Amino acid sequence: MEELEKLLELRHIHKDYGNGAILKDVSLDIHKGEVVVLIGPSGCGKSTLLRCVNGLESIQSGDILLDGNVISGKKTKWSEVRQKIGMVFQSYDLFPHMTVLDNILLGPMKVQGRKKQEVQEEAEKLLERVGLLDKKNAFPRQLSGGQKQRVAIVRALILKPEIMLFDEVTAALDPEMVREVLDVMLELAKAGSTMMIVTHEMQFARAVADRIVFLDDGEIVEADTPENFFEHPKTERAQKFLNTFLF
Amino acid sequence: MQDLGIKVLFMGNNFLRLLEGLWITIRISLISVALSVVFGILLGVLMTRRNLMIKAITKVYLEFIRIMPQLVLLFLVYFGLTKMYGINLSGEVSAIVVFTLWGTAEMGDLVRSALISIPRHQYESGAALGLTTVQIYWHIIIPQTLRRLVPLAINLTTRMIKTTSLVVLIGVVEVLKVAQQIIEANRYTVPDSALWIYGTIFFLYFIVCWPISLVAGRLEKRWKS
Repeated sequence: MEELEKLLELRHIHKDYGNGAILKDVSLDIHKGEVVVLIGPSGCGKSTLLRCVNGLESIQSGDILLDGNVISGKKTKWSEVRQKIGMVFQSYDLFPHMTVLDNILLGPMKVQGRKKQEVQEEAEKLLERVGLLDKKNAFPRQLSGGQKQRVAIVRALILKPEIMLFDEVTAALDPEMVREVLDVMLELAKAGSTMMIVTHEMQFARAVADRIVFLDDGEIVEADTPENFFEHPKTERAQKFLNTFLF
Repeated sequence: MQDLGIKVLFMGNNFLRLLEGLWITIRISLISVALSVVFGILLGVLMTRRNLMIKAITKVYLEFIRIMPQLVLLFLVYFGLTKMYGINLSGEVSAIVVFTLWGTAEMGDLVRSALISIPRHQYESGAALGLTTVQIYWHIIIPQTLRRLVPLAINLTTRMIKTTSLVVLIGVVEVLKVAQQIIEANRYTVPDSALWIYGTIFFLYFIVCWPISLVAGRLEKRWKS
């Protein structure tokens, strides 16, 4: 990496639902322009970690810093912080009563108070980029899963976030639609976006990641470049996990 | 063919009287529906609370109202209150009280189910965009809730209009009672007026309820997602 400006810092994050720790002393720095892929067995806490970053889950101790400012405090204005942190979910969750365009415009117009005219132009450019400009007036129910997910990505992108979080965005898709969504993400990565991705697509993880972070049982077990991690996993737990993907 | 029963309709101001009766029916229904919507929304929101006490009370209320036939409730309020507490409500007020109690229960349950049918992820994706809680409700949750609610609420209205025919039994002179009066008055002169008068009432109810059902069906189709 040419520059090492820290964008997001996670310091000793501890998360507990009351029946055993979900995240144990997790520390992780994400640099500007870096793509970090979180992998690990189900229930290891990777999705939870992602949700903690934008405040959908609370943490019991530790600090989260964005651009050097603590955002995990009690007084955090999440409405402001979340504009800088885009998130896309597994179940895409477009708003069913709005057209594609209205879904995308809601954030910029209501949260950032921007004019419809100017955002609409931007929205259309983004839609064109993901190949869905002709669907701008469609309702979510008229779209396929892959199309919905691409719209959800645009909806997050239009707020010009500093970092994007992707929470298993292809897990609910039919296999033939996975590719179109991953392609969009790959393109974003190439364009220099900072991203944190939770995924089960190992090939994709390898192609897109600058760094792989392997979580197991609520802690970071291994963090390395994709080449090192997939070719020479250091820990036994990582080896075991990777073996489950071999037939 | 000397006396067709239909002529009774046009004797004196019989038809006008029927319409006046119909207006009473509609008035009771509209006031009850309006009150039911207001109280039903409150009840529905209450029912989504996790508080066990609130849950128990609303549940008992809902079950009680649903199990009781509306006629029994009418008698309870109209005769029961007078006998027990000396509260003397007019027939029409009693009717409004009973139908509001009933409508609130039904409406509350509809509101509750509409609210809990909105997936948690809708709240979360709104939040993830930076919307405030008020904005999330205003732009995302309430529009979706209303879309699920309005067709159901309209159906409840037609049910209520039909059920108001019971208020004859506590002496309210609504459309059905007027009909009976007309038939009784013409019993000897026009013996077969019953068929014609009741037939007219059939059409009156139909004319009132059918458009409402149509609207409900339309909205349901338009908002299906």
